[in-house]
Amino acid sequence: MTFSPELEARFEKFLAKYPADRKRSAVIPMLIYGQDEVGAITDELINEVAKRTGATPLQVTEVVGFYSMLHRKPQGKYHVQVCTNISCLLVGGAELWEQACKKTGLGHKETSKDGLISLEEVECMGACSWAPAVQVNYDFYHDVTPEQLDKLIDGLAAGKKPEQIAEVTKVSC
Amino acid sequence: MADLVKFTIDGREIEAAAGTLVIEAAKKNGIEIPSFCYYEGLSLQAACRMCLVEVEKMPKMQVACTLPVGAGMVVRTDTEQVRKARKTTLEFLLVNHPLDCPVCDKGGECELQDMVFKYGAGESRFTETKMHVDEQQWSPVVFYDGPRCILCFRCVRACEEGMGVAALGVVNRGAQSLIAPNHGDHLECDECGQCIDICPVGALTSGAYRYQTRPWEMEHVGTICTHCSDGCKTTLGVRGDEIMRGNNRDRSGVNGEFLCAKGRYAYDFYNHAERIQSPMVRVGGKLEPVSWSKALELVARKFGEIRSRSGEIGVIGSSHTTNEENYYLQKFARQGLNTNNIDHHRTGDVVTLVDALSGTTGQLATTQDLYEKKAFLVIGADLALEHPFLSYQIRASFRHHAAHVYTVTAEKVREDDYAVRSVRKAAGTELEALEDLRAALAAEPELVILFGDAVKGDGVRKLVEFGQSLGTAVKYCALVDYANSRGAIDMGLVPELLPGYQASGKSGLSVKEMLASQTLEALWVVGANPLKSGPLASKKTFVVVQDMFLTETAQRADVVLPAASAYEKSGTVTNVCGEVQRLTRAVTAVGAKTDLEIIGLIAKEMSLAATVGPWSSETVYNEIRKTVKGYNIPLAMLAVQAQQTAPVNGRVAVESRPDLIHSAHDGLFTSGTLGRYSKILNSVMESRKETVTA
Repeated sequence: MTFSPELEARFEKFLAKYPADRKRSAVIPMLIYGQDEVGAITDELINEVAKRTGATPLQVTEVVGFYSMLHRKPQGKYHVQVCTNISCLLVGGAELWEQACKKTGLGHKETSKDGLISLEEVECMGACSWAPAVQVNYDFYHDVTPEQLDKLIDGLAAGKKPEQIAEVTKVSC
Repeated sequence: MADLVKFTIDGREIEAAAGTLVIEAAKKNGIEIPSFCYYEGLSLQAACRMCLVEVEKMPKMQVACTLPVGAGMVVRTDTEQVRKARKTTLEFLLVNHPLDCPVCDKGGECELQDMVFKYGAGESRFTETKMHVDEQQWSPVVFYDGPRCILCFRCVRACEEGMGVAALGVVNRGAQSLIAPNHGDHLECDECGQCIDICPVGALTSGAYRYQTRPWEMEHVGTICTHCSDGCKTTLGVRGDEIMRGNNRDRSGVNGEFLCAKGRYAYDFYNHAERIQSPMVRVGGKLEPVSWSKALELVARKFGEIRSRSGEIGVIGSSHTTNEENYYLQKFARQGLNTNNIDHHRTGDVVTLVDALSGTTGQLATTQDLYEKKAFLVIGADLALEHPFLSYQIRASFRHHAAHVYTVTAEKVREDDYAVRSVRKAAGTELEALEDLRAALAAEPELVILFGDAVKGDGVRKLVEFGQSLGTAVKYCALVDYANSRGAIDMGLVPELLPGYQASGKSGLSVKEMLASQTLEALWVVGANPLKSGPLASKKTFVVVQDMFLTETAQRADVVLPAASAYEKSGTVTNVCGEVQRLTRAVTAVGAKTDLEIIGLIAKEMSLAATVGPWSSETVYNEIRKTVKGYNIPLAMLAVQAQQTAPVNGRVAVESRPDLIHSAHDGLFTSGTLGRYSKILNSVMESRKETVTA
């Protein structure tokens, strides 16, 4: 399996970072960045990561099953993640999640037919100070109201890029 | 020895070595702390929370399975809080457990069932729907029922650590966790079944045993596996003269609880449809069933005629029959038929090894040495496949004692994965690697050298010379193939040697020479298949075969006498390390007789009964005790445990015949001719792979 030169370079860096007998430490970062490029954790990706880190494919599969941010199925172009952990919940996280479901017609870990939007109810993403928070791919949206969420989703569905949707506060990380 | 630490459990003053775990210290002192995931010999997991105990000055309850004892520690295992914790833990474990005990294989010998009876709550507060996943079949012998699983991870650790295979893993997390096989929906592994055995519940079940019987309906008969030479004890579950399963949960025998696919499943040849159940005599070119008396009369008459005119008779013995049968057969041949033409398929050069070690004592390794010693040199054998138990012992020594392992083999072997040095040398040239290893090996205070059939004759002498020159404590093990290969040599199933490695005087014909002889008038084959590799040279030879199946040799026979299998008789066998163990009859042979009885009946028919003596295995064993050096061990002692024999301590007067020594290098799923009749060995996909590459 081959990856883009940038990702190959990144993998090289990960593998060089750990001692020779601890190459398996690179499994998680390789999976998450591999997922970004491939679109999902495919069997092929699992085997490749296993081969490069000296782990068995089963050991890599174990890691994939354990971490909720590693997906075996491809996500939408925009992966909308709504937090319903305690801080967000206290200030309307649950309502936000309900609204997201209603608006998109999707449920937890479902993807729209056109492949544009996927939805996931997630655990704490460390944005408690600006709860309730929503994450789209790697971008955070703070103090989101149900109305703002509607506009965000409408905008994404209309083919706008997240930064073109002015109604919500986006913080890139 | 580490320092002793004083502490108390339940008010009792206890001493244990520093570093001892509380759960172990308690067990040694007769205090039971229940656990599922803690398993002696495997890495610590602390997953099941069943072993929670109170420790004074610690704010929360502690898991006894990972808590080392400390000076002055005050542990309580019998308080209200502990009882409540156990009960609650069990309630949690039962949340998704189906409670299908009445149909579950494990019912009656289930650790969860026992614990719930002892510590648990009769009622659950859980009213939600239980999670369900469908049962999966991972191989012909391994089934997984997810809902029953309590996630103790014993199977995962037994496979990775004990076997070095790592075919099992855990996917998902929390309550959704499931055990998963290494290849998508199926297993590719040794098919040893250790995971099934070690499972405290009925999550992993055996394809050979599931839904067949209940544990309390069986008698449990401890006997010795009849396949390779490692001599593992297998406890056969017998119901109404039918073998239902093999395992060794009581950890008796040299192997503890270890068994490979052969010991666990490959008893199934005993009721194979092709078992011969009646004697057969060749009539008009075809083998026809006849009565025992007719067949025996014919054999005795032919043997008698040939003997009276001093015609050439050859006798080929077996590597699977008991010491008693081997001894009795060679006595019959030598004293009854007046010939030294007696031999068997030789698979390792034990003769030269005992000769080269002449004058020393205690230098033949025991199976226990393979766990206790700290360094091993493996020459010319893929131990994990050919001697799975020896390999298991060495791997355990590596895990528990950080043993240093050196391998010198032609191909990559599993031991390489943790060996300190692995050398690739073509078969037959392995000894060239010795000098390079000298410095490293000399630095090992104790060493066990195991060698396959690539090292024989002068090679063995060279190897022993090398070993003795290291100036350290070195032990040796000459690897041989089958359940009683070692016993066959000890009992003198060779033309040049009498029992106990005494010279026979005038040597007779070897197997090879018998098969090639144009003047051979009769050939008597007991439990061997020499014609597998080629036909008998003489068309006129009268051939008598004692066997379980119509092997290539039996098909050429003039008289075929159906023989009992190892699981249908009692007696003793000697394993690769020279340890003598007892076979115990598990089932009754149908139509067949033991080889001992058949030989005895032929003797009687020939009026030689007085010469060879009665065919009782105890009587023959007592004669072996008197005549074969090293075998003077009372049967009662063998009933307790294996005893290592030292068959000789002096020069062996004759040279071994390295040209006749060939190991079949049977792997995990082959076992000579016998293995062809095991349905299970032939059904696992790994065996097909092995056949393709072989």
